[in-house]
Amino acid sequence: MFVLVVGGGKVGYYLTKELIQSGHEVVLMEKDRARADQIRDEIGSVVMHQDGCEGKYLRQAGANRADIVAAVTGDDEDNLVICQMAKHHFDVPRTIARVNNPKNERLFRHLGVDEIISPTRMILGSIEQDIPVNELLHLAALGVGELEIIEAHIQEGSPGIGRMASTLTMPIGSSLFGLIREGVPMRVGPDTVLAEGDKVIAIGHPDCEADLRRQLIGEHVEA
Amino acid sequence: MKAVIVGCGRVGAGLADALDRAGWQVLILDRLSAAFDRLPPTFKGTALRGDGTDEDTLRRAGAEGADLFLALTEGDNRNIMAAQLGIEALGAVKTVAKINDPVRAEAYAHLGIATLCRTNLMTTEVLGYLGQAQPQQPGIYVPEGHHTHAAGTTAAEA
Repeated sequence: MFVLVVGGGKVGYYLTKELIQSGHEVVLMEKDRARADQIRDEIGSVVMHQDGCEGKYLRQAGANRADIVAAVTGDDEDNLVICQMAKHHFDVPRTIARVNNPKNERLFRHLGVDEIISPTRMILGSIEQDIPVNELLHLAALGVGELEIIEAHIQEGSPGIGRMASTLTMPIGSSLFGLIREGVPMRVGPDTVLAEGDKVIAIGHPDCEADLRRQLIGEHVEA
Repeated sequence: MKAVIVGCGRVGAGLADALDRAGWQVLILDRLSAAFDRLPPTFKGTALRGDGTDEDTLRRAGAEGADLFLALTEGDNRNIMAAQLGIEALGAVKTVAKINDPVRAEAYAHLGIATLCRTNLMTTEVLGYLGQAQPQQPGIYVPEGHHTHAAGTTAAEA
């Protein structure tokens, strides 16, 4: 694989090292000269001191034959432009962007970035899982289709308690596919009755979240 | 008519003033409140400190559904991102992004964004002043068709 990494911060630096170790061909672009020199001293000539947002430098770096372009600078707008240039100018089959503002994930996906990595979202998700709140938890985002996997805790006062799954009005574009009862994973069938303490796993479009919340958690909890 | 302007530099402030005088409803954003000193005291529009590449900020500022969305900060990539937010997420009717790199200016016009390239504008003007024959370098690249994704079905949801 030929991977073009843009951005020589901590992420780009370790990524490049790991990729070289696994035997891949890598070029790392870093626009800050001092930083580029510093990395080049350590890992050698694969480091290019150029701005990866510029078409002509992307070409010099070999973007037209890259299998993957990974845009991992600290600036969302730069990562977007790098991926769009790679995609539309060089037909790169796979583009990966680091996104700092989680709100940008959707725009990036919509504009054709193949894979979006949001450290902010990941850390947020991890924190949410550690706190016992009667909120919906975001377990994972599913790449292409703008879907997410959500876990809802059925607690005292939930309108879902005692109801059969088939009687719940699920919002269009969402589906319950499992639940965890006392630590045991189960399938949700039409006649499964929800009980207090269940953790219901649903998959759906982010727009369904408010409806899911109403069905499974109740009105009293603010979004 | 409603105009949203991201970046209150000389061009942003000048256009904000002109549109305001022409009776438009103008919203202008900049990351530095000192930038608003460029606006004349007669300006009746809204000047708001905030990051124009942040969707939440733009929505809170009421930037949705503008007839005109101008991305005029000093950063090419910030303008590219703001303009695409304007089109895809905020439903702007007409969008112009200032992109000083001629390569990117042309590339994004192919993706359907009207782009304004100061490099080309000034090169052309100076060569014209010198009376030299000049290559065709448009100052504004007019988009070819719709924004790549704006014509799709998901645009309205974004």
